[in-house]
Parts: sequence; C-alpha cells; structure tokens
Amino acid sequence: MNSLTKIIKYSFYDTWRSWWALLYGLFFLVISATLLYFSGDFNKAIVSLLNIVLLLVPLISTVFGVMYAYNSREFTELLLAQPIKRNNIFLGQYLGLTLSLALSLSLGLGITFLLFAGTAEESVHLGMLTLCGTLLTAIFTGLAFLMSALFEDRVKGFGIAILIWLFAAVIYDGLLLTFLVIFNDYPLEKATIGLTLFNPIDLSRILILLRLETAALLGYTGAVFNKFLGTALGMVVSLGALLVWIFVPLLLFLKKVQNKDF
Amino acid sequence: MIEIKNITKAFGKLQVLKGIDINLEKGKIYAFLGPNGSGKTTLIKTILGLNQPDNGEILIQNENIKNNWQYKSCIGYMPQIARFPENLNMMELLGMTRDIRKTASDEEKYISYFNLEGARDKKLKNLSGGTKQKVNAVLAFMFNPDILIFDEPSVGLDPVAHLKLKDLMREERDNGKTILLTTHILSEVEELADEVIFLLDGKIYFQGTVQNLVQTQNESNLERAIAQLLLQTEKKSKKLSFQAA
Repeated sequence: MNSLTKIIKYSFYDTWRSWWALLYGLFFLVISATLLYFSGDFNKAIVSLLNIVLLLVPLISTVFGVMYAYNSREFTELLLAQPIKRNNIFLGQYLGLTLSLALSLSLGLGITFLLFAGTAEESVHLGMLTLCGTLLTAIFTGLAFLMSALFEDRVKGFGIAILIWLFAAVIYDGLLLTFLVIFNDYPLEKATIGLTLFNPIDLSRILILLRLETAALLGYTGAVFNKFLGTALGMVVSLGALLVWIFVPLLLFLKKVQNKDF
Repeated sequence: MIEIKNITKAFGKLQVLKGIDINLEKGKIYAFLGPNGSGKTTLIKTILGLNQPDNGEILIQNENIKNNWQYKSCIGYMPQIARFPENLNMMELLGMTRDIRKTASDEEKYISYFNLEGARDKKLKNLSGGTKQKVNAVLAFMFNPDILIFDEPSVGLDPVAHLKLKDLMREERDNGKTILLTTHILSEVEELADEVIFLLDGKIYFQGTVQNLVQTQNESNLERAIAQLLLQTEKKSKKLSFQAA
C-alpha cells in the first residue's frame, strides 16, 4: 500500500466514525424510506428525493469539507513533517472525506431500496441518483478544500464556500431566468446549454431527469439539452461536464497547497 | 548534520528571516531563543519543509531538502499544539505513522515511559491537552530519528512528564542525536542547551554556549543576560530610528 492509500484509509476511518457521517446516512435512509412508503410511486419518490439530494448533498459536502480542512490543519502540519509527498497528504484527505460522505449517502439510499425491493428499472434510477449524489459530493468537497487553501481566515473561507453553494443551488436559476426573459427575442438554446455547464447542480438534475424521461420536470435547460443533444448525448455531455467540475477545483487545490507555507 | 545557508523568507511584505547561516552538529542540543515574532518557528518549519525559503538552501546529512521529502525520515518533530484526527485512538495514530514511515519503531518503550498505557484505546478527542502532548512526544521519539525538533515542548506537560522529556532529550543527545529546541523557559535552556542561538528580527544575534552568553553580557545568570541582550537591541533600534529621523 502506498502512502496515498494510507492517508485515504485513515481520513476515511476518522470521518466515518464520527456521529455526523452516521446521522447523514441515517437522514437519507429515513427520508427515502418515508417518501417511498407514502408516495407508493417509485418515480415520484425518486423525483422528490432528487430535489433533496440536489440541495442538501452540496450543502453538507461544503460544510463538512470546509470544517475538515480547517480543523485538520495542525494534524496536516504533523503529516507534512513525515516522509510523504505533499500531494499524497492532501489528495488522501480529500478522497478519504469524499468516500466516507458518498458511502453514507449510498448506504442511506441503498438500504431503503433493499427494504422496498424495487424492480431492475427502478434500481437503475436509484443508482443514477446515488451516482449524482456522489459526483456532487466530490465537486463540493473539492470546492470547499480549494476555498480553505485560498483563504487563511476560516470565517472568510467558510463564507465564500457557502456563497458558492448558494449561488449554484438558488441564485443561478434566478439569474438564468432573468437572462432568458431579457433576451427572449434571440435564439438562446445554445447559450443556455453553455451556461448550464457552469452549474454542477443543474447539470446533475438534467443528468438524472434525462434518465427518468420525466420531460415535464426537465425545466427549460433540461428540455434544451434533450432537444439539441438527445437523451444519450445529453447524458454524456452533462456527465463529462460534472467530471470537469470535479477535476478542475481539485487540481487547483493541489497546485495551491504544493507551494503553500504552513 | 544540518547546514543552513543564507535562508531568507518573507510572508507578504513581512520579512521574517533575513539571511540565516548556521551549522548544527551531531550530539548537541541547540536552543533557539528570541522574542515573539523573531523567526524561530519559521526557521524550524523551513527545516521541516513546511515553509519554503525564498533564498538560500538547507542541507541535511549533505542532502539538499528542496523538492525532497525522503529526508524527513531522519527527523522526529514535536509541534507546539497537539491536534489529531478526533475519532482515531492513540494506537491507530501510532499505527498510521508507522505505516507511513515504514521504519522500525519502538513505541511501547515510550508509551510506558510516559505512562500512556491507559490512553491506548481512547479516542484522541477524549484525551487531555497534556496527554496529547505526551502522544506527540512518543511520535517524535519512536522511530529513533537522528534529528529531533521540539517547538515549545513543555506547553501543557505536567512537571513529571516535563522532567522525563528533558531526561530523554539528554539521553538522546548522548546517543549522538542532533536536537533543536525552541522555548521561552530559560531554566530549560540552562539545563539542556549546549548552544544557544538567539534570533532577533530574522537574524542570528548571538550564537554560543549559555556560559558564553552570560559572560559576554556581564551578568550573573541567563535570565538577566537575555534581558540585557533585549535592552541593548532596543537601544540600538531607537538610535537607528533617531539617526534616520
């Protein structure tokens, strides 16, 4: 086992054992079980669950990520004094935290699914939801780590990370709508596709709704994606953009900490 | 053992180290003294590779430490503040470091030496500050490194643990280890240090034995000698600012 996997292993243990990770998993277990039990319609439940995942997973990942990055600072110093490559320490901490959050989420959703024993088609849908949750976890944990590396002041770092979440989760849609209304007379489809690529939360929503084929819920951006790219290409493009959203902040973070003074 | 050549380091506009040159030999305890903000911790962190110097180079066992991480396997470090992953227990933490360093370790010896048997399976977040500091000491000593670095190690330690730590430092010095120590406790310096390095404003202001320092300042003990040294520098800086004006 190399030093990267060791750091992943121990940061994973550390987070996985805290009450927060357990509560996080439990929350999704209770919410998904309740929705499935009461709605009776799997697809409807999935859509409700999707809205919760899209809002809460980025928020929780941001909060966990910032707290973890700032709180482990002294321990990071101790690790930096050990014979390990710098990048392995930071990448290991990032992956350890992302994995434990993603696992809590997947277990929460997965156990419900086992309890209600869905069909093959339904399990694919639930799998897609879990995949989206995992991608969002990876994206927002990475953004949170990046903010913690850019700002020494924790309050500032925390504030900006939360603002990013707020922007992606709430403000962005409003801005896009305003933009669409103002430039109503122009053909906006391509611009919309371009703009959507800048919001990972919207991208995840489109990715999963394309799979569910719930056209009514796609919204304008989703409908444009569907119309211009079709289901398959639309999914590939949104998945690709989400991966870019994971790697760019992560690489910027790793580049920043490579030369950072502690 | 450790050669520090003309190291400078600035944080933004603040020039913290302004050209440090020292050679640290085997089998000695070096105490780094100086007022707050004189650059002690920055120098230590530069040796550990936590900070990167703007200019100059550091050689440890004839190896340049720039872009190099392997050299850290010959260093044991006990930082000022002990904070660990909260949900691991002590044995897991020691196991992790052992996993990372892959060299022979003797943690059992130091666990019993510092009386930490009761802390084995407790989560680290439930340990007191002093106990965590003892765990830090175990981490520093357990791999039998050639260089030991202590950044204000006595903070939070009870008198018995402090005494034991000092005994251990002396023992390791006699085993030929190089020991670097920053502290504000002058009795500790008098007891332990073979050489004192007095930093002021990012430069080495004095280097020599404790006796040497006391004699050059014409004082009766180290505390007075240090106070005298600080007073002189204050006068000097006043004079300079007066001349500049």
